[in-house]
Amino acid sequence: MSAPAPSAAAPVLAVRDLAKSFGGVHAVQGVSFTVEAGRMVALIGPNGAGKTTCFNMLGGQLRPDRGEIALKGRSIAGLRPREIWRLGVGRTFQITATFSSMTVRENVQMALISDAGGIWSPFRAARAQHAAAAEALLAQVGMLEQAERACGVLAYGDLKRVELAVALANRPGLLLMDEPTAGMAPRERVALMALTARIASETGIAVLFTEHDMDVVFAHADRVIVLDRGRLLAEGPAEAIRQDPQVRAVYLGSGTVSGGH
Amino acid sequence: MLDLILTQTLNGLASASSLFLVASGLSIIFGVTRIVNFAHGSLYMLGAYLGWTLVAWLGPASPLGFWGGVVLAALLVAGIGALIEIAILRRIYPAPELFQLLATFGVVLMIQDIALAVWGPEDKLGPRAPGFRSFVILFDSRFPSYELLLIAIGPAVLALLWFLFRKTRWGTLVRAATQDREMVGALGVNQRLLFTSVFAFGAGLAGLGGALQLPREAATLHMDLSMIAEVFVVVVVGGLGSVAGAYLAAVLIGVLHAFGILIFPKITLVLVFLVMAVVLVVKPYGLLGRRPAGQPRATAVEPLLRPADRATKRAGLLALLLLAALPLAAPDSLLLILTELLIFTLFAASLHFMMGPGGLASFGHAAYFGLGAYGAALAVKWLGAPMEPALLFAPFLAGIAGVVFGWFCVRLSGVYLAMLTLAFAQIAWATAFQWVELTGGDNGILGVWPSAWAVSKTAFYYLALAICAACVLLLRVMIFSPLGYGLRAARDNALRAEAIGIDTMRVQWAAFAIAALAAGVAGGLFAFFKGSVFPTYLAIPRSVDALLMVLLGGVQTVSGPIVGAFAYAGLSEQLAKLTLYWRFALGLAIVLLVMLFPRGLVGGFLAWRERLGPGAGAR
Repeated sequence: MSAPAPSAAAPVLAVRDLAKSFGGVHAVQGVSFTVEAGRMVALIGPNGAGKTTCFNMLGGQLRPDRGEIALKGRSIAGLRPREIWRLGVGRTFQITATFSSMTVRENVQMALISDAGGIWSPFRAARAQHAAAAEALLAQVGMLEQAERACGVLAYGDLKRVELAVALANRPGLLLMDEPTAGMAPRERVALMALTARIASETGIAVLFTEHDMDVVFAHADRVIVLDRGRLLAEGPAEAIRQDPQVRAVYLGSGTVSGGH
Repeated sequence: MLDLILTQTLNGLASASSLFLVASGLSIIFGVTRIVNFAHGSLYMLGAYLGWTLVAWLGPASPLGFWGGVVLAALLVAGIGALIEIAILRRIYPAPELFQLLATFGVVLMIQDIALAVWGPEDKLGPRAPGFRSFVILFDSRFPSYELLLIAIGPAVLALLWFLFRKTRWGTLVRAATQDREMVGALGVNQRLLFTSVFAFGAGLAGLGGALQLPREAATLHMDLSMIAEVFVVVVVGGLGSVAGAYLAAVLIGVLHAFGILIFPKITLVLVFLVMAVVLVVKPYGLLGRRPAGQPRATAVEPLLRPADRATKRAGLLALLLLAALPLAAPDSLLLILTELLIFTLFAASLHFMMGPGGLASFGHAAYFGLGAYGAALAVKWLGAPMEPALLFAPFLAGIAGVVFGWFCVRLSGVYLAMLTLAFAQIAWATAFQWVELTGGDNGILGVWPSAWAVSKTAFYYLALAICAACVLLLRVMIFSPLGYGLRAARDNALRAEAIGIDTMRVQWAAFAIAALAAGVAGGLFAFFKGSVFPTYLAIPRSVDALLMVLLGGVQTVSGPIVGAFAYAGLSEQLAKLTLYWRFALGLAIVLLVMLFPRGLVGGFLAWRERLGPGAGAR
């Protein structure tokens, strides 16, 4: 909402006709959408709608059966996760993925070292590298005080923030967040998403996130994409989606139960 | 020519049957309990020995005596299996898989000495089966009829297993538990009984395999490890948990062996290696195996790894100074022991590098130690090289092996990785053992002496101290370098590591090669220290030495391998002095250690310190 609407000429992410099947299950069937710089776009839908499958194709964890995924005009469909990351896509996972044997700061340093291409250095001490930059990122997400704690012992909400700092380390143009607030307390949810929205508007990062909590979606998303059983059901500004009778029928529960399942 | 091919095929099929019996037992046990039973080859050996005794006792001449003895032997081994499950395995199901493997290896050592005590060191030539002593003329050549019987037994057991798993309640439970253990437990099935019965059943199959093998070959004390290595190859190729896959792979390997021996014996192992390599590249989980279901193992939360604090650094420096000053006072005999200890410390540290930060548990690390030793010895023997270049050639050979074997190994993880590393080590051992022209076979290579300046005990001690200390410190530096961090990142969370641009497989491959190089340095030094090399340098027990040193010290500590090497070497030396049956004592010690200190000595000490002072851990 607060986005200063940067020139919407070319979208950061353009997805066209994306499809993936597992055996006979058509998880995603021909989905198309775009995400623009500085915008928060929510991908929602009931369980089994194909959100995570979509996400895993965007992040490279799954190879699409067909369709185009263009990042700033460059096709990334079928690339590996690490190649996609190098092209400027940060990612957080539904179940937080961090390095438990490292401190919070070292987790972020790891991403910074990798971004600088410094992994293949066997003789220099890693702890000294990019320490200041790591602390700056941690300050941004409010985790600086806990920088020296082990990731294995953090509270879940804090882990999510560490993951966000890690995902931002390579200054991505696109941030993919799968269920960023799952398992968090309500107040933490609002704080994390407000933080994300602020970062998006300040840096012009395009953010695509999946979310179950409709309060979070309608409070923070500039635009909402609704999936249902692998198909695109609706797409538009949050307020329009909230009013869409079709969306209400299959998803939000307007009192009428959709037939067929 | 055609009849030769046919008879060799039949030979291969006959030897496949025993292999299949043991492999399917291992596979079934793994499916339900998720434990790779290292002692399965030992159960096979027990089956052979018990069969030998029972058949002799019941009367080898009568069919009832022979077959009764075979069946009774299988039943007895099943009973022994049940005992092992109840006494040991039941207590370690929640332990990390590495420790489970280690505990079953403890059982291997114990059974080895039990067999030695009961049956003595001589090979036991088996009785021939009554009614199957003649030959059948097939394709103009004589073919033992017992072989035909064995060929039939393989598919018969396969069919029986199929019936058991599809048509009986017990079999259904086993299949259900293989797919989802927790669910079966939640449904109110008596898990303890199921696990014990499955283990006994698998053990019985191995025992049967051993007893049936009697008319073909003598029972020996070496058949346990040679069988387990072959079975690991079969299981990796066929797919762990798949009985049909085990049969398919057993036939493939059996036939391959039969032809290899016919055409060119030395190439057999290479052939097996190549087949395994191709299968693993095309189907990483074996011909009929499936990717392990669900989570890729509940990622354990590993403790933080911090660089040494000042006190630890000071202690390390002090120890180093002490070691450097020692020759002034110590007698030569102590210097010899310490030289060996230094070499083993480097060996343990090299394994720790890939196993601790890398999470890559090698059960065949002796391959690189041994290849280092052979590298040095071969350079001396065939190139006439003096010590200095030979010491450089040692890590070179070990490193090449590390690069080649590692390429395959890093494609797998957990127990698959452990089995594959062991199989590679066995191949390296067999090559050294069989390629007599190059390596001297069992007689080894003698006369690998150091250069004149390093001949004295003191000089060689300093050489070993300088090289080993430098290498151990270098490995330490690497653990805290970006590469070491990347290695830990790949272990902690491969998903995240890939998502921040780390090529996890390449990082692990590099770690594998580095570990092999360092082990090669240790092996090269060892060759000059002993003045000779033998195939035992690459044998499985040597791999287990290294594993024990690392685990004894604690995997997730940096100083662990150093402490572990000294503790282990001291322990085994004392045991060897105290008792003739040191293997039994060592095996028992391993089993108890796994039950009592699942985090190793240094790990246990750190945990104890943390409990004592709550302020120290929290920071």
